[in-house]
Amino acid sequence: MRAEARIGFILLLTPLLLWLGLLIVIPHIDMLMISLRERISFGVYEPSLTQYDKALTEPLYLRTFWRTAVMSVLATAITLLIAFPVAYYIAKMARGRLQQVLFMLCLIPFYVSELVRTFGWMILLRETGLVSNLLQWTGLADQPVEMLYNDAAMMVGLVYTSMLFMVVPLVTTLESLDDSVVEAGYDLGGSGLSVLREIIIPHAMPGIVSGCIVVFMLSLGNYLTPTMLGGKDSLWFTEMIYNQFIVRSNWELGAAFGFMLLVLSSVIVWGMLRLTGRTLQETMG
Amino acid sequence: MTPDLECVDLVKRFGDTTAVDNVSFSVPPGSFFSILGPSGCGKTTIMRMIAGFLEPTSGDIRIKGGTVLDTPPNKRPVNMVFQHLALFPMMTIADNIGYGLRRQGMAKAQIARKVDEALDRIGLPGIGARKVDELSGGQKQRVAIARCMVLEPDVLLLDEPLGALDLKLREHMKIELKALQAAFDTTFVYITHDQSEALVMSDQIAVMNAGRFEQVGTGQDLYYRPDTPFVAGFIGEANRWIGRIDRVEGSMLEMRTDSGLAMRATAAQALAKGDAAEIFVRPESVHLAASAEALSQFDNRLQGTVTSILFNGAASRVLVEDDAGETLEVTLPQTGEFASLKRGDMVHIGWGAAQATCFAGAA
Amino acid sequence: MKKTLLTTTCLAVFGLSQAATADTLRLLTWGGYAPDEVVEMFEEQTGHTVEVTKSNNEEMIAKLRATGGGGFDLAQPSQDRIMGPQMEFGIYKPMDLSKIDESLFIPSMLEATKGNTTVNGEVYGVPHVWGTSGLVMNTAEAGDVVKDYTDLCDPALEGKVSYRLKRPTLIGFAFAMGEDPFAAYGDEAKYKEIMEKVEAKLTECKSNVKAYWSGGDELMNLLRSGEVTASMAWDTGGWKLNEDNSDITFVAPASGALGWIDTFVLPAKGQADDVAYEWINFVMQPEVSAKITAAAGNFTASAGADEYAEDALKAKYQDSFPPEAVDNIKWYPPVPAGLEAIEGEVLDRVQAAN
Repeated sequence: MRAEARIGFILLLTPLLLWLGLLIVIPHIDMLMISLRERISFGVYEPSLTQYDKALTEPLYLRTFWRTAVMSVLATAITLLIAFPVAYYIAKMARGRLQQVLFMLCLIPFYVSELVRTFGWMILLRETGLVSNLLQWTGLADQPVEMLYNDAAMMVGLVYTSMLFMVVPLVTTLESLDDSVVEAGYDLGGSGLSVLREIIIPHAMPGIVSGCIVVFMLSLGNYLTPTMLGGKDSLWFTEMIYNQFIVRSNWELGAAFGFMLLVLSSVIVWGMLRLTGRTLQETMG
Repeated sequence: MTPDLECVDLVKRFGDTTAVDNVSFSVPPGSFFSILGPSGCGKTTIMRMIAGFLEPTSGDIRIKGGTVLDTPPNKRPVNMVFQHLALFPMMTIADNIGYGLRRQGMAKAQIARKVDEALDRIGLPGIGARKVDELSGGQKQRVAIARCMVLEPDVLLLDEPLGALDLKLREHMKIELKALQAAFDTTFVYITHDQSEALVMSDQIAVMNAGRFEQVGTGQDLYYRPDTPFVAGFIGEANRWIGRIDRVEGSMLEMRTDSGLAMRATAAQALAKGDAAEIFVRPESVHLAASAEALSQFDNRLQGTVTSILFNGAASRVLVEDDAGETLEVTLPQTGEFASLKRGDMVHIGWGAAQATCFAGAA
Repeated sequence: MKKTLLTTTCLAVFGLSQAATADTLRLLTWGGYAPDEVVEMFEEQTGHTVEVTKSNNEEMIAKLRATGGGGFDLAQPSQDRIMGPQMEFGIYKPMDLSKIDESLFIPSMLEATKGNTTVNGEVYGVPHVWGTSGLVMNTAEAGDVVKDYTDLCDPALEGKVSYRLKRPTLIGFAFAMGEDPFAAYGDEAKYKEIMEKVEAKLTECKSNVKAYWSGGDELMNLLRSGEVTASMAWDTGGWKLNEDNSDITFVAPASGALGWIDTFVLPAKGQADDVAYEWINFVMQPEVSAKITAAAGNFTASAGADEYAEDALKAKYQDSFPPEAVDNIKWYPPVPAGLEAIEGEVLDRVQAAN
């Protein structure tokens, strides 16, 4: 009986282990090994730390690296600021059907692919686009306005893409907040701001942290939005990885970049958990 | 003396439904006032209006003589203990109790001192550093009251705070709440659907039904001298007969029940011959005897068969089916006299007209 | 070390999906090079099936590199991208020229391609489609200003210019600045020096650029909407836009258009070589080539296909390429290894510059 249970357990575990092993662990080990070598000549490679040395000393790579990190953090913060009132409204103020409809509205953009969504923004924001024409028509602008190809457009795209992933965990945690706890906060003399700060936000913290982690990782790893909306000055680290792997055929440096990104996201997620005094189990479980 | 809390012609409508219909009452300082009623009667609405979470459609709410209609909930000298207590789970016990004081901008050291005092007062010294979920139900209850009481409110509102506790603890907390109220010497307004909570603790009880106050009085008033059939039926147990008035002799009258019995009772209101009426008799007012002679001093006498014995210690009852086929609930005296009573036994029952109250019935 | 675990994994996955279908041709090509009409004709005549995957030079090489040359039976990189990757990664296999009907090809182009794709005495590629890149612009608005690549940096065109951040741009600018980068292919130091000059020019030029385009459709939209008036792009793009707006067309720059030839090569682990040869011989027939020219907009290396080509396209071609411009076309020689690393750094720095 015990032996049978064990076999069953192993059988159930096998797909998971295969999945993890074949698609996550092995490629990563492979990547790590690629990143730790240097091309000497045709087909000849030697173990070396050159790639990391290059990545960490070339100002361009470092700048892109930090820019991506800072912009991702910023995108996460903006997403949180916008998503929080939305989630609060959905979870606490809207009732019944309205609640469902609002939730659906957040979901609908995800029925189309990211590419189409990004094209949508391009149609709106471009010089001959909708917004520009509207501004001219209303007389707010006397010539076409270019709103594409800058950091602001990129930020809009990133926030838009990440919105749902912030709203869902927030709604879930806020729904579990007993209305009477909020009322008690007011009843005992709290103002709107202090109730928000001392009661609602601490309660929503698990949702805030998990939403932020997801959004941060999505932004950091986004490739399409920064490239398409960001335009000529858009420097995004994933783009550099793509360039090294595909355009330049420089897998060694690309792999090193990939690992830097992995370390960066791990460090920032760890920092976020540390800062809020939470553990990963609490947040994801 | 100015009452601590006074409601004048309070009305609250939600769309077409009137949740609170022209309610007026006043609560003298230092008293324990309960609003008792079935769920959905509007008592929670009154409480939320007093706390400031709802605005009355019309009428006035005065605290210590001054209207508070324009005062937001966080500025009213009223605090509330919520049904599920609503302690802040993200804070320690000390932070919970100190929350209101922090909002008032009191100095840290002073807050700490007041919190310690409050913890002493509720008999839980030294638990300030604990988390909310480390406390038992009764401890949470006391913390919730302390959290309000440190603010020294004029009126403390309690919204069925014992509802979530188990029976034993609830019995215990009734006594403790009453003691806390005496210790803090603050006006408590307590709402509940549990009559025993209201009867045990309150100085005054308002019985509420369908948005209106049926009767306001002490527990004894409500129990022994109900003003309305609703109060008579709602407070305590009662046997009830419906019929028409046969004869009126001052405050005494005789009614013919629909099943054909003649009954004597005391009128609670003016009634004339031929009026539809109903009579309420408490099970403990009904006497049980083996022979008809033993009951000769009672105005009303019946005989019947025991159909069931409901043993519940001191509150044991017997169900007796009379000759007309109606079932009466009778208190079973625990004197040993009826220890051998069993199902199917013939018994004689009787009660005095003074213990039977007669109201006008639905025509 | 080259055949890594990742490669093995991919191979296993690809391997499983192909085992049973020996007469399926998995073709890795460019958009327009295998129009549905041609594929259907081929399938009908031969009974084989063709699976088309559209891609570009870099992705083709990256895909083949990832699988060690597996997953496809025929690929079409440009002729300058065969020698280097073959020496580096060994992703192609030599052509058996006896299986190819050489009479179908324009002899000069066939010989040139063979020469450029010979590694260790073996020929790896034969030509298919050729074209040029140069200037695509609105002649009414920018025709007077822009005669060469460097004119895209003219202040008059501020915010109205687009080009790619890829090697053709570097090469084009180098020629326009009077350098000869192709001659410097063998001299890394000299090449680096040229590229540094180009980098300075492109950095200075950056404020003129509206967007660096990356896909053909993106550029088409920019030009069609008038947001961009002058750009560096392929000839076919200009000719296609010309159909909608006669002001927009392809212009060969003064320093010469850059000529490219896309080829046929056999991936090292291709499994249907015979079908691949059949396909090559099929599409190089003049009438089939003409269909491909119509779909892709570019001419092929098929001898005699001109007769079948549309007159309109010929007219546009002659418009854009007066005889002296044809002679001035700079054909890409094979890229020696190492140069792309230099170019990559230059491109990165240009992108990052403010």
